[in-house]
Amino acid sequence: MGRLEAYPTLLQTNHLGQANPVAKKTHVSTTVNNEPAEFLCEPRESLLEVLRDTLKLTGAKEGCNNGNCGACTVLLNDVPVNSCLVLGVEAEGASIETVEGMACEGHLHPLQQCFLEGAALQCGICTPGFLVTAKALLDKNPTPSEHDIRFNLANNLCRCTGYDKIVKAVQEAAKELAAK
Amino acid sequence: MKDFTYAAPATLQEATRLLTAANGSARILAGGTDIIVQLREGLRDAGQVIDVKKIPELMELSFSPQHGLRLGAAVPCYCIYENAEIAKAYPALVDSARIIGGWQIQSRASIGGNLCNSSPAADSIPSLIAHHAFAEVVGPAGKRKVAVESFCTAPGRNVLQQGELLVALVFPPTMPHSGSAYERFIPRNEMDIAVVGVGTRVQLNQACDKIEFARIGLAAVAPTPKFAQEASEWLAGKPLAEETYAQAGELAKKVATPISDMRGPAEYRTHLVGVLVKRTLEKAVERAKGK
Ligand SMILES: Cc1cc2nc3c(=O)[nH]c(=O)nc-3n(C[C@H](O)[C@H](O)[C@H](O)COP(=O)(O)OP(=O)(O)OC[C@H]3O[C@@H](n4cnc5c(N)ncnc54)[C@H](O)[C@@H]3O)c2cc1C
Repeated sequence: MGRLEAYPTLLQTNHLGQANPVAKKTHVSTTVNNEPAEFLCEPRESLLEVLRDTLKLTGAKEGCNNGNCGACTVLLNDVPVNSCLVLGVEAEGASIETVEGMACEGHLHPLQQCFLEGAALQCGICTPGFLVTAKALLDKNPTPSEHDIRFNLANNLCRCTGYDKIVKAVQEAAKELAAK
Repeated sequence: MKDFTYAAPATLQEATRLLTAANGSARILAGGTDIIVQLREGLRDAGQVIDVKKIPELMELSFSPQHGLRLGAAVPCYCIYENAEIAKAYPALVDSARIIGGWQIQSRASIGGNLCNSSPAADSIPSLIAHHAFAEVVGPAGKRKVAVESFCTAPGRNVLQQGELLVALVFPPTMPHSGSAYERFIPRNEMDIAVVGVGTRVQLNQACDKIEFARIGLAAVAPTPKFAQEASEWLAGKPLAEETYAQAGELAKKVATPISDMRGPAEYRTHLVGVLVKRTLEKAVERAKGK
């Protein structure tokens, strides 16, 4: 992915052909998946809305929009957060990682591969959130116990498969990463 | 969400100036795990949102065995339990920080926000009471200290006056042979609101066979979190025995005036106070001996 630029509102003009005032929008410079990204947003817009609607990164999903389900999980300065509970303006100067940044040069991340092979998803809405949280866990603790996995994924809800396959997929991915 | 303006002041002075100028229409943003939900759901209004995470005093986390702990009001929970020294010195605080929501919530949620949101069921407040912490508040008239047990005044309300903000929670140094614990009762393992929450701290004598000093804090049993003063004072000088803990539980029940709601009837909540006081005292004593 190239430089992420999103200035649609700056380009809007009024009936006289002059640029519309954008006083209410704030300019935010940030890093998304290791690429510099800039956007304009209203203070009330959540980081999730900015990612999905402005930057067109639709991997993070809107589930509950109140912090319970974890489908919108992204890493903000290396820690997993619910992007529905972060304001876009708070991302100024921050580094954000989304599920779109997990695959590397056309190769799925071992977690993504193990989720697929282990059928650890059904409808898929919760999957990006699980993947991002699980990645944060394995980055911090490459050999998590089953309890560690379940505990750290407690803020991610799945309403289709149940959690066993998800936990197994994370365990498999941990093994694969260790073997590398 | 309704429109608002956003400011992220870099100094306390600027923050109090903004708060005063806003004349009651500003809301403070720490981790946002309460306030963003409340703004989105229309439970609270804000003309301006003031992000306090750029103010160094609110992000301070400093500990020394001599001076105790200064926990900046906006420091997220995970910074507390990832600090081994602090985790060892203030175990009840750490128990609380580890069970507020899940990982994503703990990455953002602060103890200061938990206190200022002033929910009767807030998971950190019994631990703050047990650790004998005080709140450092700054406003247009300067700085003042408030005992944590006097901070909340009603559900969702507290002593903060217009223009004031919470700067830090200040914890006394830890004493030898002391331990603490927080437990809440919920019908699930994670991610739920306490039916009852209890935090206790004990300090044992040199021989580690008697309690010298204790403090017990309760949540979700009254309109505000409570300091169980009688039970705490009664424990001084008592032997380490199951009956001691059970009796303290009985005394602590006296300050419980719970409501009945979907999480449990009042009678059940009062019963749980006894159970959790006993359990947390046992755990606190074990931890005190382990040091
Ligand atoms: C999914 C989910 C699960 C949760 N689970 C729990 C739980 O298990 N236990 C629990 O106790 N809570 C829980 N909460 C509630 C919330 O996460 C906590 O209360 C948290 O500690 C709030 O901290 P914050 O930094 O996010 O506060 P914010 O939302 O930023 O602020 C909370 C309130 O305090 C005010 N405020 C914040 N900082 C200051 C300051 N320095 N001075 C003055 N006022 C200030 C704000 O204006 C606001 O009114 C949960 C929330 C969610 C969304």
